Amino acid sequence: MMSNSKNDTHHHARTVCHECDLLQVLPVAVTQNVVCCRCGALLHRAPGDQPQTSLALVLATLFVFALANLFPVVGLEAGGVRTATTLLGTVSQLMHQDMLPVAMLVLFTGVLLPGIELLALLYLLLPLTLGRVPYGFPRVMRAVRIVHPWGMVEVFLLGVLVSLVKLAHLAQVHPGIGLWSFFVLIVLLATSASRFDAALLWERYEACRAIR
Amino acid sequence: MSRYPLNSAAARGWWHCHACGLLCRGVDERPGATAVCPRCGAEVSARKKRSVEYAWALLLAAIICYLPANLLPIMETAMLSGTQSDTIMSGVVFLWQSGSWPLALVVFIASVLVPLLKILAMLLLLVTVQCRSRWAPRQRTRLYRLLEAIGPWSMLDIYVVALLVSLVQLQSLASIKAGPGAVAFGAVVVLTMLSAMCFDPRLIWDSIEVNDDRQA
Repeated sequence: MMSNSKNDTHHHARTVCHECDLLQVLPVAVTQNVVCCRCGALLHRAPGDQPQTSLALVLATLFVFALANLFPVVGLEAGGVRTATTLLGTVSQLMHQDMLPVAMLVLFTGVLLPGIELLALLYLLLPLTLGRVPYGFPRVMRAVRIVHPWGMVEVFLLGVLVSLVKLAHLAQVHPGIGLWSFFVLIVLLATSASRFDAALLWERYEACRAIR
Repeated sequence: MSRYPLNSAAARGWWHCHACGLLCRGVDERPGATAVCPRCGAEVSARKKRSVEYAWALLLAAIICYLPANLLPIMETAMLSGTQSDTIMSGVVFLWQSGSWPLALVVFIASVLVPLLKILAMLLLLVTVQCRSRWAPRQRTRLYRLLEAIGPWSMLDIYVVALLVSLVQLQSLASIKAGPGAVAFGAVVVLTMLSAMCFDPRLIWDSIEVNDDRQA
Protein backbone atom coordinates (compact mmCIF):
# COMPACT_ATOMS: atom_id res chain seq x y z
CA MET A 1 0.00 0.00 0.00
CA MET A 2 1.23 3.43 -0.82
CA SER A 3 0.23 6.92 -0.07
CA ASN A 4 0.84 10.14 -1.86
CA SER A 5 3.64 11.97 -0.13
CA LYS A 6 1.97 15.32 0.42
CA ASN A 7 2.21 15.33 4.20
CA ASP A 8 5.02 12.90 4.62
CA THR A 9 8.40 14.11 5.71
CA HIS A 10 10.27 10.81 6.10
CA HIS A 11 13.03 11.24 3.63
CA HIS A 12 14.35 7.67 3.64
CA ALA A 13 11.06 6.06 2.64
CA ARG A 14 10.36 8.45 -0.22
CA THR A 15 10.53 7.11 -3.71
CA VAL A 16 9.68 8.29 -7.18
CA CYS A 17 8.24 6.29 -10.03
CA HIS A 18 10.75 6.15 -12.89
CA GLU A 19 7.96 5.82 -15.45
CA CYS A 20 5.43 8.47 -14.37
CA ASP A 21 7.46 10.61 -11.92
CA LEU A 22 4.90 10.40 -9.11
CA LEU A 23 6.34 11.01 -5.65
CA GLN A 24 5.31 8.23 -3.30
CA VAL A 25 6.20 6.72 0.06
CA LEU A 26 7.51 3.18 0.28
CA PRO A 27 5.96 0.81 2.83
CA VAL A 28 8.08 0.38 5.95
CA ALA A 29 9.26 -3.16 5.26
CA VAL A 30 9.58 -4.16 1.62
CA THR A 31 9.05 -7.91 1.42
CA GLN A 32 7.17 -8.10 -1.84
CA ASN A 33 7.36 -6.33 -5.17
CA VAL A 34 6.11 -2.76 -4.90
CA VAL A 35 4.36 -1.20 -7.88
CA CYS A 36 3.55 2.44 -8.57
CA CYS A 37 0.05 3.28 -7.37
CA ARG A 38 -0.65 5.37 -10.47
CA CYS A 39 0.92 3.68 -13.50
CA GLY A 40 1.75 0.20 -12.17
CA ALA A 41 5.49 0.27 -12.88
CA LEU A 42 7.70 -1.96 -10.74
CA LEU A 43 9.21 0.42 -8.19
CA HIS A 44 10.93 -1.89 -5.81
CA ARG A 45 11.78 -5.54 -6.18
CA ALA A 46 11.24 -7.98 -3.36
CA PRO A 47 14.63 -8.52 -1.72
CA GLY A 48 16.62 -10.57 -4.22
CA ASP A 49 19.70 -12.70 -3.91
CA GLN A 50 22.61 -11.89 -1.65
CA PRO A 51 25.80 -11.18 -3.61
CA GLN A 52 27.11 -14.67 -2.73
CA THR A 53 24.11 -16.36 -4.31
CA SER A 54 24.28 -14.10 -7.36
CA LEU A 55 27.98 -14.91 -7.68
CA ALA A 56 27.31 -18.65 -7.66
CA LEU A 57 24.63 -18.23 -10.33
CA VAL A 58 26.89 -16.06 -12.49
CA LEU A 59 29.71 -18.62 -12.30
CA ALA A 60 27.36 -21.43 -13.31
CA THR A 61 25.95 -19.31 -16.13
CA LEU A 62 29.44 -18.46 -17.41
CA PHE A 63 30.33 -22.16 -17.51
CA VAL A 64 27.21 -23.07 -19.47
CA PHE A 65 27.70 -20.01 -21.69
CA ALA A 66 31.15 -21.32 -22.64
CA LEU A 67 29.72 -24.78 -23.40
CA ALA A 68 26.93 -23.30 -25.50
CA ASN A 69 29.36 -21.34 -27.63
CA LEU A 70 32.10 -23.96 -27.98
CA PHE A 71 30.00 -26.94 -29.07
CA PRO A 72 27.97 -27.09 -32.29
CA VAL A 73 24.33 -26.13 -31.90
CA VAL A 74 22.96 -28.07 -34.84
CA GLY A 75 24.39 -30.36 -37.47
CA LEU A 76 23.06 -31.18 -40.91
CA GLU A 77 23.58 -34.30 -43.02
CA ALA A 78 22.54 -34.63 -46.64
CA GLY A 79 23.97 -36.71 -49.45
CA GLY A 80 27.03 -37.69 -47.46
CA VAL A 81 27.91 -34.08 -46.67
CA ARG A 82 27.94 -33.09 -43.02
CA THR A 83 27.89 -29.56 -41.69
CA ALA A 84 27.62 -28.28 -38.16
CA THR A 85 27.75 -24.83 -36.73
CA THR A 86 28.22 -22.88 -33.54
CA LEU A 87 26.87 -19.38 -32.97
CA LEU A 88 30.30 -17.97 -33.80
CA GLY A 89 30.38 -20.15 -36.91
CA THR A 90 27.29 -18.37 -38.23
CA VAL A 91 29.05 -15.05 -37.69
CA SER A 92 32.10 -16.05 -39.72
CA GLN A 93 29.93 -17.52 -42.49
CA LEU A 94 27.94 -14.27 -42.71
CA MET A 95 31.21 -12.32 -42.90
CA HIS A 96 32.36 -14.55 -45.79
CA GLN A 97 29.22 -13.56 -47.65
CA ASP A 98 29.90 -9.83 -47.17
CA MET A 99 27.02 -9.48 -44.75
CA LEU A 100 29.06 -7.57 -42.20
CA PRO A 101 26.15 -5.65 -40.60
CA VAL A 102 24.14 -8.83 -40.03
CA ALA A 103 27.23 -10.68 -38.80
CA MET A 104 27.98 -7.91 -36.31
CA LEU A 105 24.38 -7.88 -35.13
CA VAL A 106 24.48 -11.63 -34.42
CA LEU A 107 27.95 -11.39 -32.86
CA PHE A 108 26.99 -8.59 -30.49
CA THR A 109 23.48 -9.65 -29.45
CA GLY A 110 24.22 -13.38 -29.31
CA VAL A 111 27.76 -13.68 -27.97
CA LEU A 112 29.61 -10.50 -27.06
CA LEU A 113 27.05 -8.52 -25.06
CA PRO A 114 25.74 -11.47 -22.97
CA GLY A 115 29.36 -12.48 -22.36
CA ILE A 116 30.38 -8.95 -21.37
CA GLU A 117 27.40 -8.72 -19.03
CA LEU A 118 28.32 -11.98 -17.29
CA LEU A 119 31.99 -11.01 -16.95
CA ALA A 120 31.05 -7.56 -15.64
CA LEU A 121 28.76 -9.14 -13.03
CA LEU A 122 31.59 -11.48 -12.00
CA TYR A 123 33.91 -8.49 -11.69
CA LEU A 124 31.36 -6.68 -9.50
CA LEU A 125 30.23 -9.57 -7.31
CA LEU A 126 33.55 -11.26 -6.50
CA PRO A 127 35.13 -8.32 -4.61
CA LEU A 128 31.81 -7.32 -3.00
CA THR A 129 31.36 -10.76 -1.43
CA LEU A 130 34.87 -10.36 0.01
CA GLY A 131 33.96 -6.94 1.38
CA ARG A 132 35.99 -4.93 -1.10
CA VAL A 133 34.89 -2.28 -3.57
CA PRO A 134 35.73 -3.19 -7.17
CA TYR A 135 37.55 -0.43 -9.03
CA GLY A 136 35.15 1.67 -11.12
CA PHE A 137 32.01 0.09 -9.60
CA PRO A 138 29.57 2.86 -10.72
CA ARG A 139 30.79 2.76 -14.31
CA VAL A 140 30.58 -1.03 -14.55
CA MET A 141 27.08 -1.00 -13.02
CA ARG A 142 26.01 1.54 -15.64
CA ALA A 143 27.55 -0.58 -18.41
CA VAL A 144 25.60 -3.65 -17.19
CA ARG A 145 22.36 -1.63 -17.32
CA ILE A 146 23.05 -0.46 -20.87
CA VAL A 147 24.17 -3.87 -22.14
CA HIS A 148 21.36 -5.91 -20.56
CA PRO A 149 18.49 -5.23 -23.03
CA TRP A 150 20.72 -6.16 -25.99
CA GLY A 151 21.41 -9.73 -24.90
CA MET A 152 19.10 -11.94 -26.97
CA VAL A 153 20.09 -15.49 -26.17
CA GLU A 154 16.48 -16.64 -25.76
CA VAL A 155 15.55 -15.24 -29.16
CA PHE A 156 18.46 -17.14 -30.67
CA LEU A 157 17.15 -20.37 -29.16
CA LEU A 158 13.75 -19.82 -30.77
CA GLY A 159 15.62 -19.13 -34.02
CA VAL A 160 17.33 -22.53 -33.72
CA LEU A 161 13.96 -24.25 -33.33
CA VAL A 162 12.52 -22.47 -36.38
CA SER A 163 15.56 -23.41 -38.49
CA LEU A 164 15.34 -27.04 -37.35
CA VAL A 165 11.78 -27.23 -38.69
CA LYS A 166 12.73 -25.45 -41.91
CA LEU A 167 15.61 -27.87 -42.50
CA ALA A 168 13.86 -31.06 -41.48
CA HIS A 169 12.45 -31.60 -44.98
CA LEU A 170 15.77 -30.92 -46.67
CA ALA A 171 18.13 -33.17 -44.75
CA GLN A 172 18.75 -34.99 -41.51
CA VAL A 173 19.30 -32.58 -38.63
CA HIS A 174 21.29 -33.40 -35.50
CA PRO A 175 20.80 -31.23 -32.42
CA GLY A 176 24.20 -30.82 -30.78
CA ILE A 177 25.56 -30.33 -27.27
CA GLY A 178 25.39 -26.59 -27.85
CA LEU A 179 21.62 -26.69 -28.23
CA TRP A 180 21.09 -28.42 -24.87
CA SER A 181 23.53 -25.99 -23.28
CA PHE A 182 21.49 -23.11 -24.68
CA PHE A 183 18.36 -24.52 -23.05
CA VAL A 184 20.13 -24.60 -19.67
CA LEU A 185 21.65 -21.19 -20.35
CA ILE A 186 18.34 -19.37 -20.84
CA VAL A 187 16.95 -20.88 -17.63
CA LEU A 188 20.04 -19.72 -15.72
CA LEU A 189 19.98 -16.27 -17.35
CA ALA A 190 16.29 -15.81 -16.55
CA THR A 191 16.86 -16.91 -12.95
CA SER A 192 19.76 -14.56 -12.35
CA ALA A 193 18.02 -11.66 -14.13
CA SER A 194 14.86 -12.00 -12.04
CA ARG A 195 16.73 -12.43 -8.74
CA PHE A 196 19.42 -9.82 -9.39
CA ASP A 197 19.13 -7.03 -6.84
CA ALA A 198 20.84 -3.87 -8.07
CA ALA A 199 19.61 -1.81 -5.11
CA LEU A 200 21.24 -4.27 -2.70
CA LEU A 201 24.54 -4.04 -4.59
CA TRP A 202 24.45 -0.25 -4.36
CA GLU A 203 23.83 -0.53 -0.63
CA ARG A 204 26.77 -2.91 -0.28
CA TYR A 205 28.92 -0.58 -2.33
CA GLU A 206 28.12 2.36 -0.10
CA ALA A 207 28.65 0.28 3.05
CA CYS A 208 32.03 -1.02 1.82
CA ARG A 209 33.11 2.47 0.84
CA ALA A 210 32.12 3.85 4.24
CA ILE A 211 34.22 1.25 6.09
CA ARG A 212 37.32 1.89 4.04
CA MET B 1 7.82 21.72 -21.20
CA SER B 2 8.48 24.21 -18.49
CA ARG B 3 5.88 23.24 -15.89
CA TYR B 4 5.52 19.87 -14.22
CA PRO B 5 2.34 18.58 -12.53
CA LEU B 6 2.16 19.38 -8.83
CA ASN B 7 2.40 15.78 -7.65
CA SER B 8 5.42 14.93 -9.78
CA ALA B 9 8.88 14.60 -8.31
CA ALA B 10 10.25 17.09 -10.84
CA ALA B 11 7.94 19.85 -9.54
CA ARG B 12 9.48 19.43 -6.09
CA GLY B 13 13.03 19.30 -7.35
CA TRP B 14 13.58 15.56 -6.96
CA TRP B 15 15.28 13.84 -9.87
CA HIS B 16 15.54 10.11 -10.37
CA CYS B 17 18.97 8.82 -11.40
CA HIS B 18 18.44 6.36 -14.24
CA ALA B 19 21.76 4.65 -13.71
CA CYS B 20 21.54 3.74 -10.02
CA GLY B 21 17.98 4.63 -8.95
CA LEU B 22 19.00 7.22 -6.37
CA LEU B 23 16.66 10.12 -5.71
CA CYS B 24 18.73 13.25 -6.29
CA ARG B 25 18.08 16.86 -5.45
CA GLY B 26 17.77 18.86 -8.67
CA VAL B 27 19.46 22.19 -8.13
CA ASP B 28 18.54 23.98 -11.32
CA GLU B 29 14.83 24.30 -11.98
CA ARG B 30 15.14 25.12 -15.68
CA PRO B 31 13.79 22.44 -18.06
CA GLY B 32 17.04 21.39 -19.77
CA ALA B 33 19.23 21.52 -16.68
CA THR B 34 21.39 18.58 -15.61
CA ALA B 35 23.22 17.57 -12.47
CA VAL B 36 25.60 14.76 -11.49
CA CYS B 37 24.36 11.88 -9.34
CA PRO B 38 26.26 11.97 -6.02
CA ARG B 39 26.37 8.16 -5.79
CA CYS B 40 27.26 6.95 -9.28
CA GLY B 41 28.38 10.07 -11.13
CA ALA B 42 25.92 9.69 -14.00
CA GLU B 43 24.26 12.73 -15.53
CA VAL B 44 20.82 13.31 -14.03
CA SER B 45 18.02 15.48 -15.35
CA ALA B 46 14.32 15.85 -14.67
CA ARG B 47 13.43 14.23 -18.01
CA LYS B 48 15.52 12.39 -20.58
CA LYS B 49 17.19 15.03 -22.71
CA ARG B 50 15.68 15.68 -26.17
CA SER B 51 13.73 12.48 -25.74
CA VAL B 52 10.98 13.26 -28.28
CA GLU B 53 13.41 14.51 -30.94
CA TYR B 54 15.68 11.46 -30.73
CA ALA B 55 12.73 9.07 -30.62
CA TRP B 56 11.18 10.69 -33.71
CA ALA B 57 14.46 10.61 -35.67
CA LEU B 58 15.10 6.94 -34.91
CA LEU B 59 11.49 6.00 -35.58
CA LEU B 60 11.48 7.73 -38.99
CA ALA B 61 14.70 5.90 -39.88
CA ALA B 62 13.03 2.63 -38.84
CA ILE B 63 9.99 3.36 -41.01
CA ILE B 64 12.24 4.03 -44.01
CA CYS B 65 14.04 0.71 -43.45
CA TYR B 66 10.76 -1.15 -42.98
CA LEU B 67 9.94 -1.15 -46.71
CA PRO B 68 13.15 -2.77 -48.01
CA ALA B 69 13.08 -5.12 -45.02
CA ASN B 70 9.81 -6.59 -46.23
CA LEU B 71 10.21 -6.26 -49.99
CA LEU B 72 13.81 -7.36 -50.55
CA PRO B 73 14.78 -11.03 -50.18
CA ILE B 74 16.36 -11.94 -46.86
CA MET B 75 17.59 -15.29 -48.16
CA GLU B 76 18.68 -16.67 -51.54
CA THR B 77 18.67 -20.44 -51.92
CA ALA B 78 20.67 -22.03 -54.73
CA MET B 79 19.60 -25.61 -55.40
CA LEU B 80 20.02 -28.10 -58.22
CA SER B 81 16.58 -27.09 -59.43
CA GLY B 82 17.49 -23.40 -59.58
CA THR B 83 17.67 -20.39 -57.31
CA GLN B 84 14.91 -19.12 -55.10
CA SER B 85 14.56 -15.83 -53.24
CA ASP B 86 12.75 -15.65 -49.92
CA THR B 87 11.28 -12.57 -48.34
CA ILE B 88 10.04 -12.60 -44.75
CA MET B 89 6.44 -13.17 -45.82
CA SER B 90 7.28 -16.02 -48.20
CA GLY B 91 9.16 -17.72 -45.35
CA VAL B 92 5.99 -17.61 -43.26
CA VAL B 93 3.93 -18.93 -46.17
CA PHE B 94 6.41 -21.77 -46.64
CA LEU B 95 6.17 -22.79 -42.98
CA TRP B 96 2.36 -22.65 -43.18
CA GLN B 97 2.22 -24.82 -46.28
CA SER B 98 4.67 -27.38 -44.93
CA GLY B 99 2.19 -28.05 -42.14
CA SER B 100 3.91 -26.46 -39.17
CA TRP B 101 1.34 -23.73 -38.67
CA PRO B 102 2.13 -23.06 -34.98
CA LEU B 103 5.65 -22.15 -36.01
CA ALA B 104 4.36 -20.13 -38.97
CA LEU B 105 2.27 -18.18 -36.48
CA VAL B 106 5.27 -17.56 -34.19
CA VAL B 107 7.41 -16.31 -37.08
CA PHE B 108 4.54 -14.19 -38.42
CA ILE B 109 4.03 -12.56 -35.03
CA ALA B 110 7.74 -12.03 -34.34
CA SER B 111 8.83 -10.84 -37.78
CA VAL B 112 5.80 -9.16 -39.34
CA LEU B 113 3.36 -8.15 -36.63
CA VAL B 114 5.75 -7.09 -33.87
CA PRO B 115 7.85 -4.63 -35.95
CA LEU B 116 4.70 -3.13 -37.47
CA LEU B 117 2.94 -2.80 -34.10
CA LYS B 118 6.12 -1.36 -32.57
CA ILE B 119 6.25 1.36 -35.21
CA LEU B 120 2.53 2.14 -34.87
CA ALA B 121 2.71 2.19 -31.06
CA MET B 122 5.72 4.53 -31.07
CA LEU B 123 3.86 6.82 -33.51
CA LEU B 124 0.85 6.85 -31.19
CA LEU B 125 2.97 7.60 -28.11
CA LEU B 126 4.94 10.38 -29.78
CA VAL B 127 1.91 12.07 -31.34
CA THR B 128 -0.14 11.98 -28.11
CA VAL B 129 2.80 13.30 -26.08
CA GLN B 130 3.34 16.16 -28.50
CA CYS B 131 -0.38 17.06 -28.42
CA ARG B 132 -0.17 16.95 -24.60
CA SER B 133 -3.10 14.57 -24.75
CA ARG B 134 -4.72 13.46 -21.49
CA TRP B 135 -6.17 10.33 -22.98
CA ALA B 136 -5.61 7.01 -21.14
CA PRO B 137 -2.18 7.72 -19.61
CA ARG B 138 -2.09 4.45 -17.70
CA GLN B 139 -2.80 2.40 -20.81
CA ARG B 140 -0.23 4.35 -22.79
CA THR B 141 2.38 3.67 -20.10
CA ARG B 142 1.50 -0.01 -20.27
CA LEU B 143 1.84 0.08 -24.03
CA TYR B 144 5.31 1.54 -23.61
CA ARG B 145 6.26 -1.20 -21.16
CA LEU B 146 5.01 -3.84 -23.59
CA LEU B 147 7.01 -2.16 -26.36
CA GLU B 148 10.23 -2.50 -24.39
CA ALA B 149 9.51 -6.13 -23.49
CA ILE B 150 8.80 -7.41 -27.01
CA GLY B 151 11.58 -5.39 -28.67
CA PRO B 152 14.23 -8.10 -29.00
CA TRP B 153 11.90 -10.82 -30.28
CA SER B 154 11.85 -9.48 -33.82
CA MET B 155 15.50 -10.53 -34.06
CA LEU B 156 14.19 -14.06 -34.62
CA ASP B 157 14.44 -13.96 -38.40
CA ILE B 158 17.99 -12.62 -38.33
CA TYR B 159 19.08 -15.64 -36.28
CA VAL B 160 17.18 -18.03 -38.54
CA VAL B 161 18.93 -16.59 -41.59
CA ALA B 162 22.31 -16.75 -39.82
CA LEU B 163 21.82 -20.42 -38.95
CA LEU B 164 20.47 -21.49 -42.34
CA VAL B 165 23.26 -19.65 -44.12
CA SER B 166 25.99 -21.48 -42.24
CA LEU B 167 24.31 -24.91 -42.13
CA VAL B 168 23.15 -25.22 -45.70
CA GLN B 169 26.52 -25.19 -47.46
CA LEU B 170 26.15 -28.60 -49.09
CA GLN B 171 28.46 -27.88 -52.03
CA SER B 172 26.59 -28.60 -55.23
CA LEU B 173 23.37 -29.80 -53.58
CA ALA B 174 22.17 -26.62 -52.02
CA SER B 175 23.57 -23.42 -50.56
CA ILE B 176 21.92 -20.43 -48.96
CA LYS B 177 23.07 -16.83 -49.04
CA ALA B 178 21.81 -13.97 -46.92
CA GLY B 179 20.02 -11.29 -48.94
CA PRO B 180 19.97 -7.48 -48.66
CA GLY B 181 16.60 -7.59 -46.89
CA ALA B 182 18.32 -9.07 -43.81
CA VAL B 183 20.41 -5.91 -43.34
CA ALA B 184 17.33 -3.67 -43.57
CA PHE B 185 15.39 -5.95 -41.23
CA GLY B 186 18.18 -5.89 -38.63
CA ALA B 187 18.22 -2.10 -38.91
CA VAL B 188 14.46 -1.94 -38.25
CA VAL B 189 14.83 -4.03 -35.08
CA VAL B 190 17.74 -2.00 -33.72
CA LEU B 191 16.25 1.38 -34.65
CA THR B 192 12.85 0.68 -33.07
CA MET B 193 14.57 -0.57 -29.90
CA LEU B 194 16.72 2.57 -29.73
CA SER B 195 13.69 4.77 -30.39
CA ALA B 196 11.77 3.15 -27.51
CA MET B 197 14.82 3.57 -25.23
CA CYS B 198 15.06 7.29 -26.04
CA PHE B 199 11.39 7.90 -25.30
CA ASP B 200 10.63 9.09 -21.77
CA PRO B 201 7.30 7.67 -20.47
CA ARG B 202 7.13 10.41 -17.83
CA LEU B 203 6.24 12.82 -20.64
CA ILE B 204 2.89 10.99 -20.91
CA TRP B 205 2.10 12.04 -17.34
CA ASP B 206 3.38 15.60 -17.62
CA SER B 207 0.09 16.82 -19.08
CA ILE B 208 -2.00 15.08 -16.40
CA GLU B 209 -3.00 17.42 -13.59
CA VAL B 210 -3.54 16.27 -10.01
CA ASN B 211 -7.31 16.48 -10.41
CA ASP B 212 -7.22 14.18 -13.43
CA ASP B 213 -5.68 11.36 -11.40
CA ARG B 214 -8.98 9.95 -10.32
CA GLN B 215 -10.15 9.55 -13.89
CA ALA B 216 -6.86 7.96 -14.88
